[in-house]
Formats: sequence, structure tokens, C-alpha cells
Amino acid sequence: MSAVLPVSAAPSPTRVLSLKSWFGVLAALLAVVVLAPVLNLVVPEGNLFHMSDFAVALVGKIMCYAICALAMDLIWGYTGILSLGHGLFFALGGYAMGMYLMRQIGTDGQYQSEMPDFMVFLNWKEFPWHWALSDSFVFQMAMVVLAPGVLAFVFGFFAFRSRIKGVYFSIITQAMTFAAMLLFFRNETGFGGNNGFTDFKRILGITIATPSTRMVLFVITGLVLIGFFVFARWLVASKFGRVLQAIRDAESRVMFTGYDPIRYKLTIWVISAVTCGIAGALYVPQVGIINPGEMSPAASIEMAIWAAVGGRGTLIGPIVGAFFVNGAKSWFTQAFPEFWLYFLGALFIAVTLFLPQGIIGLVRRVKKEERP
Amino acid sequence: MLRRLVLCCVLLCSSVAAFALTPAHALAIASGDSDDRIAALNDAAASAADGLGPFVQALLDDSVKVAGDKVFIVQSDKAVDAATGAAATVPDDAEDVVNNNRVRGALQAAMGALQLLSPDIEARRAGVAELLKQQLDEAQLPLLEKAFEAESDAALKASLERMRATILVSSSDKAKRLAAITALAGSGQGAVASLLQERLAPDAETDPEVRAALARALDSVRDRLAWGERIGVVFTGASLGSILLLAALGLAITYGLMGVINMAHGELLMIGAYATYVVQNVFRNHLPGLFDYYILAAIPLSFLASALVGAAMERSVIRWLYGRPLETLLATWGISLVLMQGVRTLFGAQNVPVENPAWLSGGVSLMSNLTLPFNRIAIIAFAVLVLAGVALLIARTRLGLFVRGVTQNRRMAACVGVNTARVDTYAFALGSGLAGLAGCALSQVGNVGPDLGQSYIVDSFLVVVLGGVGQLAGTVYAALGLGVLNKLLEGVAGAVLAKIMVLVFIVIFIQKRPQGIFAMKGRSAEA
Repeated sequence: MSAVLPVSAAPSPTRVLSLKSWFGVLAALLAVVVLAPVLNLVVPEGNLFHMSDFAVALVGKIMCYAICALAMDLIWGYTGILSLGHGLFFALGGYAMGMYLMRQIGTDGQYQSEMPDFMVFLNWKEFPWHWALSDSFVFQMAMVVLAPGVLAFVFGFFAFRSRIKGVYFSIITQAMTFAAMLLFFRNETGFGGNNGFTDFKRILGITIATPSTRMVLFVITGLVLIGFFVFARWLVASKFGRVLQAIRDAESRVMFTGYDPIRYKLTIWVISAVTCGIAGALYVPQVGIINPGEMSPAASIEMAIWAAVGGRGTLIGPIVGAFFVNGAKSWFTQAFPEFWLYFLGALFIAVTLFLPQGIIGLVRRVKKEERP
Repeated sequence: MLRRLVLCCVLLCSSVAAFALTPAHALAIASGDSDDRIAALNDAAASAADGLGPFVQALLDDSVKVAGDKVFIVQSDKAVDAATGAAATVPDDAEDVVNNNRVRGALQAAMGALQLLSPDIEARRAGVAELLKQQLDEAQLPLLEKAFEAESDAALKASLERMRATILVSSSDKAKRLAAITALAGSGQGAVASLLQERLAPDAETDPEVRAALARALDSVRDRLAWGERIGVVFTGASLGSILLLAALGLAITYGLMGVINMAHGELLMIGAYATYVVQNVFRNHLPGLFDYYILAAIPLSFLASALVGAAMERSVIRWLYGRPLETLLATWGISLVLMQGVRTLFGAQNVPVENPAWLSGGVSLMSNLTLPFNRIAIIAFAVLVLAGVALLIARTRLGLFVRGVTQNRRMAACVGVNTARVDTYAFALGSGLAGLAGCALSQVGNVGPDLGQSYIVDSFLVVVLGGVGQLAGTVYAALGLGVLNKLLEGVAGAVLAKIMVLVFIVIFIQKRPQGIFAMKGRSAEA
């Protein structure tokens, strides 16, 4: 990982993807856009090839996580900055989407009021200022990008400028998401307190709980994931991406060669945060709830483990990791709920001790041994 | 009405006849409708009639019977005449006296008032405490005066005077009101402040001179209350700070000196707390006589339990990750998950009860609104002791020398023959053991549950980061500073906002001084 690349291999601009990988991307596209909808909506229930609604919800959720893992990989695997606060960006995107969905409930809530139930419950008569434009889909979608983006920019600007690095940065980001969690737990903040947002009814006027709406959300999530993957490939293969990796390996040398690491770090930090926010916005309508628990330090640190399990510094790795860890979580919490935390804990330890390159690294090693 | 007239006559007579409880009087207290009974009772109490005490007690015990115009106290088959105390036989048609809640309250107040005259100081104290709970009125004044004259204990005399003043402050005599206000001004109680406030209402007090006196008295009472609060804030701040200090001291060694990010530090705290819980149970079941001293056994055992777990962690996992702080962070997070779940499996997911030993419960009351609990005082003292011990250990012992040597220059230390691997294990075990001690202390003031560590991990890391890496002194200042700052802000903005403000403050502070309060200087700072 930290080995300096041999000079001969470095300069030639690499292609974004090899031909074989393009086929892989195409196959993934087909699977998401054609195969999954057909299996879920057309193939009748009871058929061997039917994809259940549960499976759609699960895979859709995990694809959101995979986007986060990818974002995490860009900042950690390629730039060497471990963020323990990405859960905050994810939740901010989710809350921005959630605000819009809450307004879409309209008067169908428990109290039949224009206001969301929790505001009626708190006896609020009018919307607080930050809810002013929340009934506009366009505005809230802009907030999905802007809220995490602006926060990441401001936080990153000050943090990188004062050269907070390594573990310090990790701990500060953890404190950031912890503080935000405490803030969102308060009813006065105006985000529903403990319970957050739930009981969504519609999105853009369309009922949210039907299989076809869910499938549309599923397809959009899949497209975003694949699109983001290709974008990330392009990014890390570009000159910009190479500087990022150089910063990871030897920041002082990059600085002495005349680059300004702060700009590079800040840019990738904001890109990573915004993507996480988008993932959160896709996550909320599919899962149907957002609450401050998503901002807990534990949630953020789990994102790091998705990337680590799959393999940092590769782009397919985080996606594999997100699917592996969350698939295991879904299985364990049903079959052996007591053992899930043992497994997760052991995974953290085993990956850091024995699999620093993750699953992808393991596969590559095995392949190399087969064909020396 | 007639009954009242009779009663007045009776009272007039009785005041001449050296305040003895007359039969008519006893009858008035024991039967009739509640209002009259209470009035009769208060009159009797005010004159402190002889023989009233046992009679009221008997009424409270429901052992009084009435037959015709005679009142009897019946105790274990023997009956006496309530007024004269002479032995008597109860007629068959005697009826039990029934007391409703109002009468019962009045009886208790009268009992308290009568206790004021008791020669036993404990009884008088109990009487004062009882009366403080009651609504006082002028009927009780004569008795209070009497008790006040007779009282020899200074503290009780002061409370009696305050009670008398509470009654007199609404007296019709202006001079008496002014005197009462002056007496109240010296008090430091919240109840007095609200009483004065009440009197200041436009329709309660009309005389401008008295109003001015009231306002002055209110200011001085509030002033005293404010001081109590301020000292309270500093004390709880120091107490929180000492808990943070205990939690962060271990981190200062493992992170500060060894550079290991131990996310399982909070869980080592939890293990210490659970060790205390286990020791407590062992003492309760096998050595109940020594239960009050279980904490003395729990201190070394909680240290050992956490130190052993820490040493095992170091040998099995952390050893392989030196120099890769981010990986250490993730691996120790994994360990923390396993430890938490392990505790859940062993002890259940619920919080477990840890009892304070008798000598740690309660507290010293310095002011009316300021009580310092013993367990918090003990924790502050404990933190100071532990700090002194660690400082000595690092500065004066051979192990401390080795730890410092390895911290400053690992290779050179190895070259001169220090077994760095073993020093690492010892130092890590020491840091973990300190976490165990912190857990033991925490078990005395808070809940003990599987999530105990989670709530302290962010805080203790912030203490270390704020204090500066590799510095024990920095850790101390940062812990106390954060503790007091947190409690001060809590008073202004509430607990949650205070916490958020502290976090924001730290983030900003780190901007200005990325190396913490006490930056390491020289070459080792660059590493």
C-alpha cells in the first residue's frame, strides 16, 4: 500500500476501466435496471426466481450502504484520512429527504394537521424557519447535497488548515457526529427528537409503499451506485486521484513538490460527504425511518469496517464489503441475535490483523499464487 | 358553636390552672366535627397542656375511646382517663375515635410542636423537622415562643426563630413584621425566598417601609442562595472532572505515552465497574458483616481485572499493530464490541445495582441548598490519590523510567537492554488497570450497565486530545477544566446544549492549538 510506485509504471494515464470491467459494469446495470424489476414485479410469487419485496428492501438498503462505503474508501483508502463522522453526512442527507417526505404526509397524519405529527405533539403552531421551504422537492434535494457539503467544507477547511491529521482528525470527526447526535435528540431542534421521521406516505405525490415505487427507488439507488463507481474510477485514475494517493503515502513530500495538499484533501472530503448525503437521501424513503441513531459514533465506525472488510484502496472492495457485512448482519440478527456483535467485533479484529487488504486483497493473493 | 363557647371558657380556666388537660378539653379534641377538633387541638397545643403529648400520641395510634363525656386511652387492656391519668374502666358503650386525614395531619403537627419542649435534643430536632413540613399559623406562635425561650441548641434556636418569623411576617403589628423580616433576611433557604416574594405581592403588604425591608431581605436571601449554587456548580464540576480524570488517566498512558488508540478503554472501565459489582455480591452473600468495606477489596480487584484484560489485549492484538494507529483504532473497537456483548451474555443487558457502603452514602450539608454527597467527595479524593500514585510510578520507579525511555526512543531503549515488548505490556496493563479503578469509582455514583463505557469514551479521548499527548499534567488540567466548564454551561444552557458547546469549544481549541494545552517541544513533537 505504502510502496512507492516504480517510475516506469507511473506516468502513463490509465484507462478508467479495462474492457472486462466495462462488461462487469454493464452486467451490473442490466441486473439492476432489468433483471431485478422483472424478477420482483413480473415473476409471480412462489416462483423459484421471484425476488421478494423483503429482498428488494434489503438489497436496496445495502446499496445505499455501499455508496457510503465507496465514499469512505475515497477519503480513507485513497487519501489516508479516516473519518469517523460520515454517519453524520449520511444522516443529514437522510433528514433533508425526510423533511420533504414529512411534508408529503400532508393531513394524513395521526392528528390530521398540516404540520407533522411531532410538531402538533409539541404544540407548535407554525413551521420553524428551517422548515420554510421543506415542501419543495427541488429545494430539499438541493439540501441533500448542500447540508453535508457545506458542513464538510467548513469543518474540513478549518481542520485541514490547522493540519489536524491521522488519529486526531478521526477523533474530532467522531466528536462532531456525537455532538450532532445530541443536538438532533432534542425536540427543540425541530427534527422529531428521538423518534426522528417515520410513517411516510408519499413521494412526489405517489404512494410510497407500493412495490412499483419501491422498485423505482431501488433502480435509482442502483444507478447512483454504479454511476458513482464509474465516477470514482475516473477520479482515482486522474491526475487528481494520483495526487490524493501521493498525499496518503507521503504528505510532506507532496507539499514540498509544490502541491497544496489542503485543496486536494478538502475537495475529496466534500465529494465524499456529499455522496454520503445522497446515499442517506436514497436510504430514507426505502427504509421508511430516519432518527438520530444514524449519527451515533458506532454507525460511522461501521462504515469504516465495510470499506476495510472489502479492501481499502480498491473500488470494488467497499461494495463487496458493504454487501458482505450487512448481509451477514441481516442473517445474524435473525438467526443468532446474540452473536452478531461477537461476529462484528471479531471481524474488526481479524480484518485489521490478518486481512489489511480485505477480501479483494485475499482474492488477488490467491489468484497470484495460482498463476505465479 | 355552643361547643366553641364552652371550649373558650374551658381554655380561660385552664390557662389559670397551670395548663393541665381538662376532661372537657380532651373531649373537645376527641369528638365533634373536624374543624372544631383541630381548633381545640391547636389551642391545647399552644398552651402546651400537661398530659397532651401522650394523649395526642394515643390519638395517632387509634387507641382512644369516648363514652359520654369521658375520654379514655386504652393500651393493652388497661384504660386510663385521658385527662386525669387515673386508671379507669371503659364502659361497654365506648366508641373508638376515628381520625380523618386532616385531623391526622393536625395531630402530627401538634405532636411536633409538643416535641419542641422535650428535654431530648433528638426529639426536638424531629419536632422542628415535622413543623417545617406544616403550614404554620398564629395559633402555634405561643408554643414556638415558649420553645424558643427554652431552646439551648444554637441551630435549633435559629430554625425556631425563623419559624416564628415566618408566622410574624404576616402579623398585623408593623413593628413585629419588621423584626420578623430582619430575622428572615439572615436565612439562606429557598422557602424563605418564596415566602418573602409572596409577601411582596401588591395586595399582601401595603406599608412602604415594610415593603422596602422585604425587598432588601429578599435580595440578601437570594444572594446567599446564589452563593450556594455557585459553590455547588464548582463542586459538581470538580466531581465530574475527577471522574473524567480517572477515566482519562489510563488513556493518557496508553494513548499519550504509547500512541495506542484504545477504543475499548470505555469497556475496561465497564469491566472495573462489573468487578466491583461482583465483589459486592460476594461480600453480601458470604461476608455480610464486612459489607461496608467491600469497596476496599473492590478497588484492587477492579484494577486487576481490567489490567489482566488489558494485558491480554496487548499480547494478542495490539502488539501487532504498533505504528498503525488507525488500524489499532478499528481493532480495539472490535474488542470493545466483543467485551460489551460478553458482559451482556454474562450479566444480562440490564443495569446491575451497585450499592454504596453506608459510610459513602449521605453527605455534609453546608448550606440549605448545598449538600456535598460523601461518594462524590470520596471520588475526588480517590482521583487525587490515583493521580499521585501514577505520577510517582512514572517519575520514580524503574518501570516508569523504562516507560518513559521507550516512549522517547524505542530503538535506543532496546539497544541499552530494555525489554521493550514487556514494557509495552506492563504499560498497557497499567493504563487498563487505571480504567478499572475509574470504573470502580463510577459504580459508586452512576448506573452500571453494558453501555457504561460508551458514554465515557468520547469524553475521555477529548480530555487526552485537549490536554496534549504524552503529558500527565495536561490531562489533569483538561479533565478538571472540561468538568467545570461542562457544569457551568449546564447551568446556563441545559445538559445537552452544554455538551454540544463543550464539543464545539474543543474543536475550535484544537484549531488553535493542535497539540493540546501542553505541546511537546523538541524533536519528539514531530514524531
